[in-house]
Amino acid sequence: MLGYTVRRILQMIPVLLGATFIIYALTFLMPGDPISALTGERPLPEATVMQIRQAYHLDDPFFVQYGNYILGVFRGDFGIDFFGRPVLDLILERLPVTFALALTAWVLKLFIGLVIGVYGGLRRGQSGDHFALVFTVLFMGVPGFVIALGAQTYFGVHLGWVDPAGIRAGWPMAFILPALVMAFEAAAGLARLTRTSLVEVLRAEYLRTAKAKGLSPRRIIWGHALRNAMIPVVTYLGLSLAGMLGGAVIIEAIFNIPGIGGLMVSSINNKEGTIVVGIATLLVLVYLVFNLLVDLTYGLIDPRVRI
Amino acid sequence: MSTAHEAANPLLEIKDLRVEFATRQGVATAINGVDLSLQRGRALGILGESGSGKSVTARTIMGLLDTPPAKVTGGQILLDGEDLLAVTPKRRRELNSASVAMVFQDALSALNPVHPVGRQIGELYRVHRGYSPAEAKKAAIQMMDRVRIPVAASRVNDYPHQFSGGMRQRIVIAMALALDPQLLIADEPTTALDVTVQAQILELLTEQQVENNMGLILITHDISVVREVTDQVAVMYAGRIVENGPTAQVLSEPAHPYTRGLASSVASEELKGQLLPAIPGSPPDLLNLPAGCAFAGRCHLANQQCATEVPELDEIAAQRHTACFNSQEVLAHA
Repeated sequence: MLGYTVRRILQMIPVLLGATFIIYALTFLMPGDPISALTGERPLPEATVMQIRQAYHLDDPFFVQYGNYILGVFRGDFGIDFFGRPVLDLILERLPVTFALALTAWVLKLFIGLVIGVYGGLRRGQSGDHFALVFTVLFMGVPGFVIALGAQTYFGVHLGWVDPAGIRAGWPMAFILPALVMAFEAAAGLARLTRTSLVEVLRAEYLRTAKAKGLSPRRIIWGHALRNAMIPVVTYLGLSLAGMLGGAVIIEAIFNIPGIGGLMVSSINNKEGTIVVGIATLLVLVYLVFNLLVDLTYGLIDPRVRI
Repeated sequence: MSTAHEAANPLLEIKDLRVEFATRQGVATAINGVDLSLQRGRALGILGESGSGKSVTARTIMGLLDTPPAKVTGGQILLDGEDLLAVTPKRRRELNSASVAMVFQDALSALNPVHPVGRQIGELYRVHRGYSPAEAKKAAIQMMDRVRIPVAASRVNDYPHQFSGGMRQRIVIAMALALDPQLLIADEPTTALDVTVQAQILELLTEQQVENNMGLILITHDISVVREVTDQVAVMYAGRIVENGPTAQVLSEPAHPYTRGLASSVASEELKGQLLPAIPGSPPDLLNLPAGCAFAGRCHLANQQCATEVPELDEIAAQRHTACFNSQEVLAHA
């Protein structure tokens, strides 16, 4: 187990290098000049521009820039922005907000998706199942931002149940609506997966055995079917928590939530490459860590893959 | 021996059982009027090819048919006089495993992959007898000992995938025997195993059946298994029993052309170097059974009567029945 974990962590290094390289190259290729973006219409004196370009190594060749950056990252230094603030501080300041949103959404999604999925799986072919199917297809088909804007207008503006934007109300009130939007988006996929997996398991021979043992339907479902049905679902759930951090970017922009999503969007607009790369790198790292956690906990639910 | 008393009170008596399956193409008749009876302490083989209805019979006795698509359209299954087709679901659950238990064909898929085997055996004691977890575990270890799993106490927490095929089948047997049922149904219990292990499993089944005075129904397509283990045999074809009687007699002097075909299609020393005599043709379409005898299309003795009339299962000798108009001719040529 320990050897496996160490091996997996070492495997993360090339993945992380590759991912950061691509992101770094993409920000490098972003059109527009970061310094003119800094000041807008008023051009800076030539000497000042030169000074800034030198201070931020903007004239170095691409590979030198990337090399310097990556060396810094491995020392825990994600660079500074144009106002001299360390990028890491900027990110860490906003990360808790995004985590709060993503986790709330994830827990809601877990609940909604599993309830709908298990219900549909157990009542396969009945009207409840058909209703669940229509519901999930609807949420899978409509683009996320449409649902987000719709919910914001209806519940936030028309009904006024929650603030349409911002986080002044704090957790949970300010997070409920955006988290619900994210949750329903993602719950559709989870519900489908859970339903399919449960339907599959309900046909399994060992459930026939359970029936032959004279167990009650409740014991057959809870004791024998669900845990087996959860095996593919757990993988999906672990990865989707990481995915939710990325998905928060759009929702944060719509609901004006000051998380890393908002920071990412404003940094792209301001051509602040260091921040964009920093956030992306962090998200990649989070994704890899969750991936590892899923693989390590997998054995808890499925003894056949126990390491 | 109290033969008369036993005959009057068989452990299991199936009367005119009929089961249909609703399929997309129509209604398939899987069991078409089956009568069977079995005494305590005896072993009955049900012999037949795929689709003959032998497994459906087993599942109907155990109450394991998926309904729909399956539907029991008639008959009775009396276990110790109690009609299993008429009991409440609650009573059915009480009887399952405690009075009638089943050994499945493929032990790997019959066991739940995510629970330790000890827990799967112990669950029976917990549910049916209200044992504590510790008591149930102890009873499970005893059961694993009884089916001769080496060092059972150290393997009780292992998972099904950690056992060999033969050991897994022993665990399935342990589970079936855990509550000392009166009737054990084994559905192709050795088909998934290699030959040496097959012999051990059959030996174990026979030994447990005799020691516990259980009734055993062994479902198989393998004549040698039937010969080795059972006292009586019932041969099934297209959802009906076409012949039954004492195993040795039926297999050595078959009275039905289908039984004769089965018995003579087994490889033997005399047939060395020759093609095995196979039964020509294939089983009838269960969606569209012929008007007369279902075997007529493959039978070299078939005549006008066979094509229009269904032969009844008639007594041809003491304890022997066959459903063939030409049984005397078949016997004469044996």
